[in-house]
Amino acid sequence: METKTSMSLSANPPASVNLLQKIWAFTGVCALGILFLAVFNFEFPNRPLWLGASLVLLTLSIVLFSYEEYKGLPGGIKNNGVWTSALTNRGLWGWLLGIAITFFYVILYFYPQFLGLNAEGDNTGVVGFFDPLSKTLSGNPASQWFVYGTLYTIAILAFGIKFLWKYRHNRYEKIRTLSVMFFQTAFAFLIPEFMARLNTDNFSLPYYDLKNIWPLNYYNFEQYRIDQFLNAGNIGLALLIFGIISIFIITPILTYYYGKRWYCSWVCGCGGLAETAGDPFRHLSDKSLFAWKVERWVVHSVLVFVVLMTTAVVHSYLGYDAQKYWLNKDVFLIAVAVFLGVIFALIWKFKKEELQKDAQYGAIGYLAIVLGLIAIHYLSGSNVFLFQAETLRSWYAFLIGAIFSGVIGTGFYPIFGNRVWCRFGCPMAAILGLQQRLFSRFRITTNGGQCISCGNCSTYCEMGIDVRAYAQKGQNIVRASCVGCGICSAVCPRGVLKLENGPLEGRINSDDVLTGNDLDLLDLIKEQRKH
Amino acid sequence: MKNIVIIGNGIAGITAARHIRKLSDHHITVISSETDYFFSRTALMYVFMGHMKFEHTQPYENWFWEKNRISLVRDRVTEVLPSQNTIVLENGGATAFDTLIIATGSKPNKFGWPGQDLRGVQGLYSKQDLDLLETYAPDNRQCKRAVIVGGGLIGIELAEMLHSREIPVTFLVRENSFWNNVLPEGESAMINTQIREHGIDLRLDTTLKEILPDNQGKVRAVVTDKDEEIPCDLCGLTAGVSPNIDFLRSSEIETEKGILVNEYLQTNFENIYAIGDCAQLRSPQKDRRPIEAVWYTGRMMGETLAYHLCRKPTPYRPGPWFNSAKFFDIEYQTYGMVSPGTSASEHHLYWENKEKQRAIRIAYHPETERFMGINTLGIRLQHRQFDHWLRSNARVGTVIANLKEAGFDPEFYPDFLDQVKEKTAQQLSRN
Repeated sequence: METKTSMSLSANPPASVNLLQKIWAFTGVCALGILFLAVFNFEFPNRPLWLGASLVLLTLSIVLFSYEEYKGLPGGIKNNGVWTSALTNRGLWGWLLGIAITFFYVILYFYPQFLGLNAEGDNTGVVGFFDPLSKTLSGNPASQWFVYGTLYTIAILAFGIKFLWKYRHNRYEKIRTLSVMFFQTAFAFLIPEFMARLNTDNFSLPYYDLKNIWPLNYYNFEQYRIDQFLNAGNIGLALLIFGIISIFIITPILTYYYGKRWYCSWVCGCGGLAETAGDPFRHLSDKSLFAWKVERWVVHSVLVFVVLMTTAVVHSYLGYDAQKYWLNKDVFLIAVAVFLGVIFALIWKFKKEELQKDAQYGAIGYLAIVLGLIAIHYLSGSNVFLFQAETLRSWYAFLIGAIFSGVIGTGFYPIFGNRVWCRFGCPMAAILGLQQRLFSRFRITTNGGQCISCGNCSTYCEMGIDVRAYAQKGQNIVRASCVGCGICSAVCPRGVLKLENGPLEGRINSDDVLTGNDLDLLDLIKEQRKH
Repeated sequence: MKNIVIIGNGIAGITAARHIRKLSDHHITVISSETDYFFSRTALMYVFMGHMKFEHTQPYENWFWEKNRISLVRDRVTEVLPSQNTIVLENGGATAFDTLIIATGSKPNKFGWPGQDLRGVQGLYSKQDLDLLETYAPDNRQCKRAVIVGGGLIGIELAEMLHSREIPVTFLVRENSFWNNVLPEGESAMINTQIREHGIDLRLDTTLKEILPDNQGKVRAVVTDKDEEIPCDLCGLTAGVSPNIDFLRSSEIETEKGILVNEYLQTNFENIYAIGDCAQLRSPQKDRRPIEAVWYTGRMMGETLAYHLCRKPTPYRPGPWFNSAKFFDIEYQTYGMVSPGTSASEHHLYWENKEKQRAIRIAYHPETERFMGINTLGIRLQHRQFDHWLRSNARVGTVIANLKEAGFDPEFYPDFLDQVKEKTAQQLSRN
C-alpha cells in the first residue's frame, strides 16, 4: 500500500490537517526553536519570561493541535489512517522523529556538556536557560535531568490531554490517564524538587521519586543514596524503609489485587510517557511468536542482571564484622541466596505446571548461576559475581539505564512501538509480570462466542500480545506482559474483551469451548483429554 | 488415514482443518482461489480504513500451516465429480479425495439491475473486492461520490469505510428505516440518526433502478426508483449475500439456495460435507434459519464436523441465536430472538438513554413470561449468562432482577443497567 505523508500526530487520513493545525504546528516548532537557540547560548534578555513563554507555547500547541483533530467528532475509536500515515507507519516522518529523539537521548545521557552542563562554574546553554524554573522549585540550579524532567512532564500532560480527547467515550481510559498525569507531575516532578527545599547544610534528603521503585530505580540502594538516607535522620530512614517495602510488600499486594496495571499503566513514568506521547505508535509492536520468545529471555535476563548488580553493590559497602552491625557481607549474601531459593521453591511447588519448558530451564539455569557465583565467592574469595561491583554497576547503568530504557526505549517509539523498554527491558515489569502470571486476580475475560477474529485487539496491543489468539478460543488472557491499558477492549468492535479482577480459580481456562455451540462438545473434549 | 480435501480457506474450512488436525493424523488439503492464507473477512473494512494492514487480518502466522501439516493450495475448483471422488482444479488438474468438505462461503447478491456488471460496481465480500475498492475509491479526488445499495450490515460497513477517506456517500435503503426487517423501531431509528450524524446521505424507502455507464464502461451515475440520477464513481452492491455454489451446478450434489445438508452437515453423498455460509440445513433447529451467513456459525460447523469425522457421529446443534455488529460508533449485540415488532405471543420492554446512543430491548412471552431475547445498543452484555438464561427458559423477571450480573462494559463505566432494570421492571408490572 502506498505510504502517504501526513503531519498529523494522531494520523487521520490525508487532508485532515486544517489551517489552525498548521498554525499550532508552527507555534510548537517556534517553542522548540527557542529551546534550540538556548542550546547555542543565544542570549535571551529576560530568561524566565522566554523560558515560560517557550514551555507554555509548547504545551498549548500540542493541546490545541489535538483539539482541532478531535473537535466536533463523535466519541469513538479514532484509528483511521494509522497504517497509512508516514508518521505512524514507519514512513519518512516516523524515521525522522525516531532519529531526532534518539539523538536527543544520546546527547542527554552521554554529552550533557553540549546542553550547557558545566563541570565548573554556572550552567550555560539550555540547562542554564532552565535555571530560573529550577531555582523557583528547589532553590538549586538546573541540571540536564531537570531539563529532561520538565519536558517529560510537559509531554505526559499535553499528550495526556490529547489522549483524554481521543478516548473521551471510555471512562477507564480517562481515569487511568488522569492517574499517570498526576503521578508524573506530583511524584516524579514536583515532590522531589520540594523535598530539596528541606535540605540544609547538615540535612540532605536524596532526590527521590517515591513511585520509582527498585529495580526500575536500579540505583536506589547504592552506597551514596544509603548514606544520604541514613544521614537524614528519621525521615531518611523512613524513606529507605519505604523503598524496601515498596518492592517487597506494597507491590505484591497491589499486583495480587489489580494486576501489574496498577503500576505500569496507572503510576509509572515510563508507562505514562508510553501511554500518552507514545500512544500514536502502540500498534508498531511485534506480535510474532518469535518476538514473544525473545521478550521472555531478554526481560528476565535484565532482571537477573539487576539482582546480581544490586547484590554486588550492596555487598561492596557492607562491613565484615557482624559485631558492629548485624547486616554484614556474609549475612547479606546468605539472605539473598535463601530468598531467591525460597521464591524458586515456592513457584516450583505450586506453579510448576504453569511454566513453559523454556521458563523452567531459564529459572533453573539462572538460579544455578546466581547460587553458583555466591558459592564461588565463598570458596575462592573472588569478587562477588567475578566482576567488581562498580564495574557491574556502571555497565548496568550504561546498557540498561541509558541505552535500553532511553535511547532504544523512547527514541525508537516510531519504529518498534511505545513499549519496547517495558516489554523487553524493564526489570520491574518482569517482577510484576511473574506475579501477574502466577499469583494475581487480574485477567482479561472474553465474551463467549462473539469474537470475529478481526485482529484489532492484537494490532493495538502495545505489548505485542496476540490477544486474538486467546479471544477467538474463548480463553481468558493471562499474560505476564499485559500492562492493563485496556485498549484491546476499547477497539474491539464486538464487545468481547473485559479487564477484570476476580478469584484465582478458573482464571486460566484453556479447556473452554466457545459458548453457543452444542454442549456435548465439552464432554468430547474432556473425553479426549482422558485418552 | 484419510485424504481430506477442503474447498475454501475461510473460517468454516480452516476451523474444520485445525480441529481435524488436533484430533487425527488425516492428510489435510485446503484449496482456495482467494488468498494464500486464511484471513478474517470481517476485518477487511479495517484494512481499508487504515486501522490494520492486511497481514493483521491473518490470525495465524505463515509457518503455522506447515507445522500443523495442513497443505494449502492456491487454485480454483471448477468441478466436483462425486462418483469418482475427484475434484477438478483450474490449474492443477484432477485431485482425488476420501472426504470432501465444501466451505466456499457466499457471494454478493445481484438482482439483475441494468449496469450491475460495470466497472466500479462491486460488492464487499472478498479480498479481491477490497483490491477493487482501492482501485475505484482510493480517495475523494478519484471517487467524488459513492452510492451504496442495500441497507444491511455490509452496506453500513462500506459506508463507514468510504467515509473514513472523506468520500461522500449516498446510501440507498429499501426499507423506511435502517435494517428494520431485523431491528425494532427504536433501535432502527437510533441507527438512522447515527448514520446521518456521520455525514452519510441516507435515502430511506429508496431502491436502485439502473446503473449508468460512461463511455469507458465504468459507472457514471445511478438512477433511483424515484428517477433521481445520482452521479458517482463507485456503486456498492450490498443487498445481502447468497451461497457461492455455481461450480457445483453440473455435479450431482443436491442444492437449493445452498448445498443441502443433514444435521451431520452431510450432503446427499456420504463422504461429501458442506459447512459455513454455503450450507443449507434441510431441517434447521427451532429459531434458526437454514442458511446463516455469520462468522460464528461457520466456526461452529467446522468444529462440529471435525469431531464428527474424527471421533463419533456429532450432529450440528447450535445453541440459542446470538449476533453482534457495530454501526459506526454504536455497538450492537443480540441474544435469543427479538422480532422487529410485538405480537400476541411476544411483548417488549424497552429502555434508551436521553442521548439516544444506548438502548436495551427485552422480549418475552406475555403468558408464560418466558424470556425470549434481548437487543442491546451501546452496552456490552455477557454471552454466557444469556445463553444460560435462554437454555434454561428463565422468566423475564429473573433476567431483569439479575441484569447487572450480565453486564460486560469496561470498569468504571456508568451503570446503565441500574436504569434499565428500574425502567423495564416498571414496564413489566404495567403490562
